Amino acid sequence: MIFLLILSFTISAKDTPDDAGGSITINVYNIPEGTEQIELYRLTKGDTLFEEVGLIPIFKGELDDATVTDGVLYLYKATALTPDTVYVAEIKEFASSSPEWFNKSRTSVLLFIALFWVVILVYIQLAKKNPEGLFIRKLPPLEAMDEAVGRATEMGKPVLYVPGIEYITDAGTLASITILAKVGRKVAEYETRIINPHFDPIVMTTAQETLKNAFSEAGRPDAFNKDDVFYLTSEQFGFAAGVDGIMLRERPGAIFLQGYFYAESLILAETGYSIGAIQIAGTNATTQLPFFVAACDYVLLGEEMFAASAYISKEPRLLGSIKGSDLAKSVLLVLIGVGVIFGTFAAIKNVAGNPVYMEIFDRILEFLARTAE
Amino acid sequence: MLQIISVWIAGGLTLCIFSFLYGDNPVYKFAEHLYVGFSAAYWLIYVWHFTIKQMVINPIVAREPGAWMLIIPLFFGVLMLSRWLPERYSWISRWSIAFVVGIGAGIIAIGQTQGLLLPQLRATILPLATGNWMTNVNNFLVIIGTVSTLTYFYFSRRETGLMSKFSRLGIGFIMIALGAAFGYTIMARISLLIGRIIFLFGDWFHIIKPL
Repeated sequence: MIFLLILSFTISAKDTPDDAGGSITINVYNIPEGTEQIELYRLTKGDTLFEEVGLIPIFKGELDDATVTDGVLYLYKATALTPDTVYVAEIKEFASSSPEWFNKSRTSVLLFIALFWVVILVYIQLAKKNPEGLFIRKLPPLEAMDEAVGRATEMGKPVLYVPGIEYITDAGTLASITILAKVGRKVAEYETRIINPHFDPIVMTTAQETLKNAFSEAGRPDAFNKDDVFYLTSEQFGFAAGVDGIMLRERPGAIFLQGYFYAESLILAETGYSIGAIQIAGTNATTQLPFFVAACDYVLLGEEMFAASAYISKEPRLLGSIKGSDLAKSVLLVLIGVGVIFGTFAAIKNVAGNPVYMEIFDRILEFLARTAE
Repeated sequence: MLQIISVWIAGGLTLCIFSFLYGDNPVYKFAEHLYVGFSAAYWLIYVWHFTIKQMVINPIVAREPGAWMLIIPLFFGVLMLSRWLPERYSWISRWSIAFVVGIGAGIIAIGQTQGLLLPQLRATILPLATGNWMTNVNNFLVIIGTVSTLTYFYFSRRETGLMSKFSRLGIGFIMIALGAAFGYTIMARISLLIGRIIFLFGDWFHIIKPL
């Protein structure tokens, strides 16, 4: 007895997994031979007419309909067009989209962060028990900060502190606020004036609090002038023009450019250079580092800013996090070393005609690439 | 007519800003203050129209589904205003700052791991015996550059012996990268200058044909 199984053109629709909602994934199966295009149609519950959604790529057989509303029910229909026939497939039950709480494709990121978090917690505890036990190497720009404030004081000029043009959520801005506290304490001790213009009102509020505390810690709460910490504008080049004007009119003796900067970095650093101020820059914006290196006296390069804030504060939490991130770097170095050795071994075997190891190596790289999407 | 006036204003202000090349002067000061003032006012309108009105007031007034959630950011936003209250109450604004900073740090941790760390790791795990010597040299440079740069950013150990040498190699790689980035950006800035010159001599003076 012979059973003849005819595979018919079918369609399925389900909520797109691991997303923030607003998307339904449609798959088509057993695409008829000679299909030139597959059109997708959608019927919203309560409506009477199907509306066209778009074309499903034949090579993929899948389409994410990202034009749906969460919680609304949809019925899908696909038509496969061949030169002589139109095949129709329709789902029987309504589908809807909803957001997921957990994105499973990012599990490895979660594991990495969890591991990193545990390491940092351990080091924080160690730092709390023995703060002197955690060594952080000296950074020349930090040593120069006191000297810069002292020089400005001797010259009778103010200190200008620019915390970049990013928001308080940026790591560079947060590190800048810690450095501001150190500069603020020194400024208060030397009874100098600090000018602190801002691009973002929330950063300004944080800076006001930080400087107020710094002046109090230095025993000079009366010397703090709230009006010297002010909002300028949130327009990038408007801010740059404003800060340039301050540099030219107030002629600060020391300029601190600490935080995240964009294209205005060179404009600011050049103007600061032209007025002869000692300039100490620091940024985690790698694209702007060249300009600071070219025009400033000292520069904190990227992560050095974060190490600087730990070095300044001697806070167990920050010291522990620096130590923890160093350990993470060691882990990365080991992973790179193992990966390179295995990759080289796989490449040698591949050249010799054994592609098995190369396939494994490619899969590892593919996994890393997928995780980083 | 309106276009001619706007071109004259834009051209005049461009020259005012360019006068900074000579030095600080009243004309530059005028353009600078005008720019800063206008941009601050623009952001005020922008925040009101696109954030407060469109993202908070309109959904609440229209009773959109899930609009009740907006009460949370609204609450924290109002707390920020407590800075104007006497010292006894102004500390409440720190709640909002703590909320924003905490959320920001969390987002950064994920973003940096997924967006920078893992792609860099993937881009550095390269074979050194591909059968093509040019690729092998390139791969070797990528690996040695990444490893030595990572060593430079190792803060909790003294830089002595081999580590010191590797760290110096790392700063060498960093400086080469910064030099390349400097040259690349200068080219982009020159194209901005060309754009302004075309505007001045094309749109304004009609000496050259505008693009």
